[in-house]
Amino acid sequence: MKKILLAGNPNTGKSTCFARMTGVDVIISNYPGTTVELKKGRMKLKGEAREVIDVPGIYSLSPANEAEKIAVKKLLSSEGKIINVVDGLNLERNLYLTLELIEKGLPIVVALNFCNELRHRGVKIDVKKLEKLLGVPVIPISAIAGQGIKKLVDKLPELKSRPETKVLSDKERWQKIEAIIKQVQEFNPKKHTFWEHLEDFSIHPLTGIPAGLFIIFASFVLVRFVGEFLINYIFNPLFSLYYPVVLKISAFLGPGLWRDILIGSFMDGKIAFDQSMGLLTTGLFVPIAMVLPYVLAFYAVLGILEDSGYLPRLATLLDTLMHKLGMHGLAVVPMFLGLGCNVPGVLSVRILQTKKERFVAAALLAVSVPCMAQMAVIFSLLGSYGAGALISYFLILFIVWLVLGIVLNKLIKGEAMETFMEIPPYRLPNLLSFTKKLWMRMKNFIYEAIPFVFLGVLIINILYVFNVVAWLGDLAAPVMSRLLGLPLEAVLSLIVGFIRKDMAVGILSPLGLSLKQLLIASVMLTMYFPCVATFVVLFKEVRLKGLLQISAIMIFMSLFVGGLLNLVL
Amino acid sequence: MEKTLNQLEEQKEAKIIEIKGGVSFNKKLAELNIRVGKNIKKLASQPFMGPVVVEIGNTEITLGRGMAGKIYVEEI
Repeated sequence: MKKILLAGNPNTGKSTCFARMTGVDVIISNYPGTTVELKKGRMKLKGEAREVIDVPGIYSLSPANEAEKIAVKKLLSSEGKIINVVDGLNLERNLYLTLELIEKGLPIVVALNFCNELRHRGVKIDVKKLEKLLGVPVIPISAIAGQGIKKLVDKLPELKSRPETKVLSDKERWQKIEAIIKQVQEFNPKKHTFWEHLEDFSIHPLTGIPAGLFIIFASFVLVRFVGEFLINYIFNPLFSLYYPVVLKISAFLGPGLWRDILIGSFMDGKIAFDQSMGLLTTGLFVPIAMVLPYVLAFYAVLGILEDSGYLPRLATLLDTLMHKLGMHGLAVVPMFLGLGCNVPGVLSVRILQTKKERFVAAALLAVSVPCMAQMAVIFSLLGSYGAGALISYFLILFIVWLVLGIVLNKLIKGEAMETFMEIPPYRLPNLLSFTKKLWMRMKNFIYEAIPFVFLGVLIINILYVFNVVAWLGDLAAPVMSRLLGLPLEAVLSLIVGFIRKDMAVGILSPLGLSLKQLLIASVMLTMYFPCVATFVVLFKEVRLKGLLQISAIMIFMSLFVGGLLNLVL
Repeated sequence: MEKTLNQLEEQKEAKIIEIKGGVSFNKKLAELNIRVGKNIKKLASQPFMGPVVVEIGNTEITLGRGMAGKIYVEEI
């Protein structure tokens, strides 16, 4: 199949064009490096099928890192037509790649994006003249609004390869660009618009650091508030309606193995959705009524942080701290994503340049960053003890994160790159793409959570039936009770924790633990092992050796911290 | 007067007159349009030897002090 490739600098809107052209849902955010792998989709062009490829952003055809190498190779070897997406607000530096593509004689059309923002930012571009000077078609578009996409697509059939021209030197190319810019662009920076004031405010340390701390804190409070609201007013009432249905099913099944597996055990003659451990009771209740509302709230808040362009600013403010932990500022992106689910968190460590940074980020994620599913259950477990209990939990993990980062930074050879990144302008999140992203992430959650929770419940039931729990309890007794001060039954949660962390925390609730024991168990569960899905992506990103190292760190750290808490608290 | 980007005061505009360092370093900076002859404005510098934030044209850029120290500018 013939190909169409989307190429351009990072954060110019390639993925937005891709989604518009193919109808394929992709994650779009307002920071450079959202797309880290090639994405493929299809579209019809004059009745013929075409493959559309979204290529990760590059600044030039001489790649600096692995992701860029893949992108450049794909561009030069695909023999497809190329849509060069260009940021109209930063035409000058975007043209470098454009000139390189033109020199190669590739069939390209330039899509001049963010045209709706140009006037507002004081930029005027003479499109006709630009077209003439470049010798290739230029189409002004606004990808997010869908403007100009049709015109862009209509141009594709006309594109033809041209003979390669003389490859210019770096200096010559920049001279040529400056000459073009002089003729086609007028730039009268309009300062002091509301957004620009906000941009200055949030990057200046005196105002930005307090604002950043407030935003992080407010995000947590908002997630908790919205999650709780959804649980109390939507999901709990829904499950009350479901209760009589479950009773009927239970009566129909009668006592026996099937009822034990599907409905679970009765607590004081009633079904307790969170504790009965049946597939149709706890297996549905935990993922849907306890975890999903928080996951939804979290991704809504994260979406706003991503789409507005705030994350790169936070990365700037936290850069000094991140360097102490062997990473650089942009590591806030994997950390934030990891708070939602560790899987996309670990995948996004790719945006960090050196091996050391990637390893530290992956290790910190796996050991000390709890995912939202886990936090949701911990909210309900510790929440009844008041805010103090929750704050202690997060504080302990934060200290672990900090100390482990500092130690790893000292131990691991190699360097963290100095920060060098573009900060995108603030943009109002686009409602449609915001909702789409939220929907995609929720779909992923539902597809992954429910089967694994079912599996977790099933394993718990099987372990009980075959009396394995008691046996494992005896085996782990010395560690569990002496070192950590936990009852033997809690060992089951450690086993189940490998499948699903939220299930594991759920097991703790009927055990009647004291606050101290709950805190130790929650922290242990967060640290000792990531869930199986995270394990798989860790293997993909850091390979077997890295995975073994991270596992060793996890086991050591969780026992050490658990033992320490048992002594200190 | 010639000074590095680190020494430039916040909110001051300057012209880049020299970038010390090798070809690949220069190329990397040029990707975000930090080149000799360009006007640059320093927006902020983060405390505890944190990065500096500059503006060139319509782009804001965060760069570490090590890099900023190799960029020589002349105040306008």
